[in-house]
Amino acid sequence: MSGTGPRENIFPTRMALTNTKLRLKGAQTGHSLLAKKRDALTTRFRAILRKVDEAKRKMGRVMQLASFSLAEVTYATGDISYLVQEQAKSASFKVKAKQENVSGVVLPAFEVDRVPGTDFNLTGLGRGGQQVLRAKEVYAKAVETLVELASLQTAFMILDEVIRATNRRVNAIEHVVIPRLDNTIKYILSELDEMDREEFFRLKKVQGKKKRDTEAAEAQRKLLEQSEDVTSFIPEIEGGGGDLLSSKDEDIIF
Amino acid sequence: MEALLFNVNAGFLEGIVRGYKAGLLNQGHYNNLTQCETIEGLSATDYGNFLANEPLPISTSTITDKATQILVDQFNYLRSNSVAPLSKFFDYITYAYMIDNVILLITGTLHERNTQELLERCHPLGVFETLPALCVATNVEELYRTALIETPLAPYFRECLSAADLDDLNIEIIRNTLYKAYLEDFYTFCTSIGGPTADVMQRTLAFEADRRSINIAINSFGTELSKERRAKLFPAIGRLFPAGNNALARADDVEQVRQACEGVSEYRAFFESSPGGSSRAQNGGASESTARLLGDYGDGLEDLGAAGELEDRFFAYEVHLNKMAFLQQFQYGVFYAYLKLKEQEIRSLAWIAECIAQDARDRIQDYIPTF
Repeated sequence: MSGTGPRENIFPTRMALTNTKLRLKGAQTGHSLLAKKRDALTTRFRAILRKVDEAKRKMGRVMQLASFSLAEVTYATGDISYLVQEQAKSASFKVKAKQENVSGVVLPAFEVDRVPGTDFNLTGLGRGGQQVLRAKEVYAKAVETLVELASLQTAFMILDEVIRATNRRVNAIEHVVIPRLDNTIKYILSELDEMDREEFFRLKKVQGKKKRDTEAAEAQRKLLEQSEDVTSFIPEIEGGGGDLLSSKDEDIIF
Repeated sequence: MEALLFNVNAGFLEGIVRGYKAGLLNQGHYNNLTQCETIEGLSATDYGNFLANEPLPISTSTITDKATQILVDQFNYLRSNSVAPLSKFFDYITYAYMIDNVILLITGTLHERNTQELLERCHPLGVFETLPALCVATNVEELYRTALIETPLAPYFRECLSAADLDDLNIEIIRNTLYKAYLEDFYTFCTSIGGPTADVMQRTLAFEADRRSINIAINSFGTELSKERRAKLFPAIGRLFPAGNNALARADDVEQVRQACEGVSEYRAFFESSPGGSSRAQNGGASESTARLLGDYGDGLEDLGAAGELEDRFFAYEVHLNKMAFLQQFQYGVFYAYLKLKEQEIRSLAWIAECIAQDARDRIQDYIPTF
C-alpha cells in the first residue's frame, strides 16, 4: 500500500504489474513524441507569428498606397466606380485553397490565382486610363497581401489550437498519467511484498504451530511413558491401603 | 466690330463670369488649404463657408458634391441669362456631360439597374428631359429611335449606329465616338461664330482633341481595340491632325506616341522626362517608392507613373490655355474657360482633401493651381 496519490483501481497481481509496466513505458514514449511535436509546432508557430507581423505591416502600407491610387484615379477621371462595377463580369482575381502538413497538422494555405485580362480595360480610354490600370495593379497587389495574411492568420489560429491541445496532452501525461502508473506499480509492488510477508509470516506461524504441536505430542508421549512407569509401580503401593477420598469406590452409591 | 456690339448681348454675363473668376482660389488660398490638419480644417479657411451647413464628419465626396453644386448654380445662372448665340454656346458645353450621362444610363440599363439610382449619379449639367426614357432601350438602334432623336445628341449618334450590339467594349467606343463627333461639331460651331471666340476656342478645343487622341492611343496599348478602330476614335481636328493622328493610329508604344507628337513644340515638352519645371516634381519620387514597395510590378508601374505624369502635364497645359482665354475680351471662350478652371479647382480641392484624409502629406503639393 503506497498511499501517496491516485492510482488505478486494479487487482495487485504479477500480471497486472507487467501490464502496468508496459503501459508506463508506452506513456513515456508518447510523452517524448508529443513533446517533440510540440516543439516542432512551436517553432513553426513562431515563424508564422513573425510573418503575420510582417504581412500586417506590409498590408498597412499597401492598402494606403492602393486607396491613394484610387484617389489619383478620381482626380484624373472622376467617378468611375459605377462603370467598373457594371462592367466587371468575371473574377480576374481568384483564391485557391490547398493543404499543408506540419507535423501531422493540416493547415489550409490560400493561393492567388490571377486571370489575365480584364473586363474593363477600356475604362478611361479618353482620360486617365493609365491611372485606372495602375490603381488596378496596386489593388491586386493589396488583395494579394490580404490573401497571404489570411492564410497566415488561419494557420496561426489552427496552430495555436493544436499547440494548446498538444501541450495539454503532454502535461496530462507528464503530471497525471505517468504518476498514476508509477503509483499503481508501487502499489502493486508493495502489495505483492505485503503478500510475501504475510505468506512468510503465515508459514512461520504454521511452522510455530507445528513445532508447538510436536512439542505437545512429545510431552504427552513423555508423560505417557512416565505414567506407564507409575502404573507399573502403583499396584505395589495400593496394597498398603490408599486414600479413600481420592479414589472412588464403586460400591458406594452416594 | 466685335468689341462694338459684344456688350449688347453678352457684356453683362462676361462681367459676371470675370467676377466669378476672381472667386477662384489663388496660390495663397491653396497654401492655406495644404496646411490644414484635418478635412474639417478645410472648412475653417475662407473657402469653407459653402460647407457651413454640413454635418461632421465631412468626407471628400461631400466637398466635391458641394463645390460642384456651386459650379452648377453659377453655370445655370449664366445660361438662363444668355441669348443666342451665347445660349447655343452654353448648350454645346453641356453636351459633353450629356454624353457621359447617356453612356452611364446605357451601361446601367444593360445590367438592369434601378433607374432612379442611375439618375442620381448623372452629372447635373448633362441632365435633359428625355434622359430617364433611355432606360427602356436595349440596343443602340432602339435607343436612337425612341429617346435620342429628340436630343441634340442625335447627329452624333448617327455615326455609331453601326455598332449593333451594346457590349461593354462597344459602350466605351460609343462614348469616344460621340465625344469625337461632339468636339468636331463644337469646333465647327465656334469657327462659325468667328472673331476672337473662334481664335480662343479653336485653340482650346484643338488641345482637347489632341489630348484625347494621345490618351486613346496610350490607353489602347495591349487591349483588344484594333488600330483601325482606334484611328476612328481620333477627332479630326487639332494640331496633330492629320499627320500626327495617322502616326498615333499606328503607334505601338509610348515612344512612338512621343515621336508622333514631335511636330508640335508644346506637346513635345509633355514627353520630356526631366521633371525640372514641372509642378509635379515630386511625382517621380513618389512613384519610385511605389515601385520599390511593390517589387515585382516595379517595371510596369514605372511606365504607368510616367504616363500619370503626362496626364498631369495635360491638366497643367489645359489650365494654362484656359487662363490665356481670360486675357482676351469680347469672346465666349471665357465661359468655357471658367467652367474648366472651376472643374480643375474642384479636382484640386478633392485632391488636397484626399491627401489630408489619407495622410499623404508628401504629395499634397501635386494639385494644379489655377491662379
